[in-house]
Amino acid sequence: MNIQKTNGRGVIEIVDLVVDEFHAKKEELIPMLMKINQTIGYIPNEAFDRLSTRIRVPKSQIYSVATFYHMISTKPVGRHVIKFCESAPCHVAGGYEVWKTVLKELGIQPGDTSEDGKWTLMTTSCLGVCAVGPVMMIDDDIYGNLTPDQVPGILGKYE
Amino acid sequence: MNAIKSLEDLKKIREEALAKRKITETSGATQVIVGMGTCGIAAGARETMKAILDFIEEKNLPNIIVTQTGCIGLCEQEPIMQVVSGEQQKVTYGKVSGEVARKVMQAHVVEGHVVEENVIPV
Amino acid sequence: MQILESLKAELKKNGLEEEVNILDSPRIGMCEKGPEILVYPEGLHYINLSLEDIPLLVQEQFLKGRPIEKWLAPAKAEKVTELREPTPREVRVVLRNSGKIDPENIEDYIAENGYEALAKVLTEYTPDEVIDIIKRSGLRGRGGAGFSTALKWAITRDSVGDIKYVVCNADEGDPGAFMNRSVLEGEPHAVLEGMIIAAYAIGAQQGYIYCRAEYPIAIRTLNIAINQARSLGLLGEKIFGTDFSFDLEVRQGAGAFVCGEETALIASIEGRRGEPRPRPPFPSVKGLFGKPTNINNVETYANVPQIILRGPEWFAEMGTEKSKGTKTFALAGDVKNTGLIEVPFGITLREIIFDVGGGIKNDLAFKAVQTGGPMGGCLPASALDLPVDYEKLTEAGSIMGSGGMVVMDEETCMVDIARFFMEFIQDESCGKCVPCRVGTKRMLEILTRICDGNGREGDIELLEALSKEIRQDSLCGLGQGAPNPVVSTLKHFRHEYEAHIYDKQCPAKVCRALIRYEIDPEKCVGCTLCARNCPVNCISGEVKKTHVIDPDICIRCGICKQVCNYEAVLVL
Repeated sequence: MNIQKTNGRGVIEIVDLVVDEFHAKKEELIPMLMKINQTIGYIPNEAFDRLSTRIRVPKSQIYSVATFYHMISTKPVGRHVIKFCESAPCHVAGGYEVWKTVLKELGIQPGDTSEDGKWTLMTTSCLGVCAVGPVMMIDDDIYGNLTPDQVPGILGKYE
Repeated sequence: MNAIKSLEDLKKIREEALAKRKITETSGATQVIVGMGTCGIAAGARETMKAILDFIEEKNLPNIIVTQTGCIGLCEQEPIMQVVSGEQQKVTYGKVSGEVARKVMQAHVVEGHVVEENVIPV
Repeated sequence: MQILESLKAELKKNGLEEEVNILDSPRIGMCEKGPEILVYPEGLHYINLSLEDIPLLVQEQFLKGRPIEKWLAPAKAEKVTELREPTPREVRVVLRNSGKIDPENIEDYIAENGYEALAKVLTEYTPDEVIDIIKRSGLRGRGGAGFSTALKWAITRDSVGDIKYVVCNADEGDPGAFMNRSVLEGEPHAVLEGMIIAAYAIGAQQGYIYCRAEYPIAIRTLNIAINQARSLGLLGEKIFGTDFSFDLEVRQGAGAFVCGEETALIASIEGRRGEPRPRPPFPSVKGLFGKPTNINNVETYANVPQIILRGPEWFAEMGTEKSKGTKTFALAGDVKNTGLIEVPFGITLREIIFDVGGGIKNDLAFKAVQTGGPMGGCLPASALDLPVDYEKLTEAGSIMGSGGMVVMDEETCMVDIARFFMEFIQDESCGKCVPCRVGTKRMLEILTRICDGNGREGDIELLEALSKEIRQDSLCGLGQGAPNPVVSTLKHFRHEYEAHIYDKQCPAKVCRALIRYEIDPEKCVGCTLCARNCPVNCISGEVKKTHVIDPDICIRCGICKQVCNYEAVLVL
């Protein structure tokens, strides 16, 4: 689990804060999951348990919702998450070459986290900035007009 | 601003807004606009904006209004920077990196010469 | 000075001195063209005026409201022009203020007649009259299905129940589509105003904008706009001092393409898996939380204020017989001018790609254009003169979709493209119904085999049979449209499939398993540049002697071809 991201707070405390923010309303389950995902980096097992107790929804149901949506992760992620656009317009604009360079630089496959816990690599569907493709997002930063030679420099910006 | 209770209230706000715009146009102030839609940001508009703001602070330039706008639709020319000097026609620059932004600020905003080579052909 | 005096006198003579305010401006800007008069709010700039002109000017301009064209300065000099002069065929309705105003400042929107339509609706029209205006305009849903907006509003209005909802579908997931994002980031208030008007027409009190999480900036802009509208009383209780109350909030998606489908979207707002459900009942009758719900796309709502302000006839004059108004398109791919355009229906694909789009990049040949997103068909050169509207595109084997247009040049392999879209669809399939969940997986397997050089006799027939089944039996639009890329490429580019399967060749030289790199002995001078750059060291040869690529080791990365200065590397 990414202790850095939680600022030392326990999972249960974080879940409680989120549930209170959304007034424990069942229909706000997805915003709640997104907030927890954003804070911790993913949804740990203890979070499912606590959430289930607080909003009175079976754990299996919460799990089925969490696993449905791409942006919610049930596996621990690295300190930085790379989302690379794999959609047609970026592909047509030369995305494959950039993708190969990213794979080479990181040495991991999509869906995996690097051994040192620094990177998680994911593909994402269209980010809606196709005219500046190829595009990738690292955490909340978005990079467009990518060429293979830019990749090492961009990756190097992150600790 | 107070809540709008009638059509007259709305019209008043509109007229005030238009008058404000006119004053800006005729006051001699220069307006610098940066496209900050997602496409602009993906192309580096944040650096462009930073370069512009830094430049203004460094040179202590008065009378410059910096605003942002959304996605213009000319995404592949992003980052886009527009300069409106007083009542002159708006000039649009494309592919404005931080460096180009500083160049435009010096040449166009300070000295008054349009930087032709970076203008987007319309 | 004399002109000023004369102007004052003439205005007084015509009883206009109260209406027309004269501001003595030091300098308007075109000194060599003086004397000049600037007329607001029209923004008209009269130049080269003489004393004799004044009486007529007052008569025509101020009394009758008719500008005298010949005395006006050329329009370019004064009016703030479009960022890129829209090409002659473009008409900006939905995009009219994007890029021109500050989206985070509601005053800017109001200065452009913002919320006047709402004021008009609340003070002058009944809900039924509003629906009638929309009906006369001919507005159809811009999300892709093209259902009559007026009819949808009417059905929701007539549905039983006091609690009703208005929802905006801002889950623009089609790869290549970013029209909605531009409107949300450029002029969010147009969408808000449209939604409030819709709420009035159907009798809703609460609304939601479901925006995909991949658009964080749009979400931020929307929230700022909503707060500003609330602070001005344009959202909330007793809007414009009438009895009508309405509020709305933004709901984020979580990365599921299928949530663009209306019943899946509703499920998502309700906190459930985004799985579509059978219809009927349609959301207009039983939708969000079981209540009548009107769901429209961002662009549909953004058109509403203009239709109210300028009248439905103005809107209906544009377009074709059944498709009225304008549509935004996002041009992407191998075209020179990528980006957003807005054109009236009826324009041809050729005009869009070659006039507005500027033609193919690097002047290569046009091969195909895919319209409507990943469930749209690919149309070849023979379809270029097709006038774009809902019916014509469907007849041709594609769909309007949300308006994404991906242009492909001669270096594109159509089988690879079909496989690419199928991969996307397979990934996004919600999994609820068998035809889509299993069918698309099987189709993807076949397409992948073909691209890898393992295509078999019978593959094409199998793809066709599967396509038919999936189309007929899938639960929602995603499944029903999933086979479209394959069907359309089989129809127009069958020879490419056959070349892959029977000749084990990729005519466009894209599919890595089916191409090989070879060095032309006639051109190679033995400079060793390629061998030195090869990442897998598969090129051998002595200095000044012809080099050779080992096809078994070669990974077809293309670097040797890039670095060779003698064009000696061939792709076969």
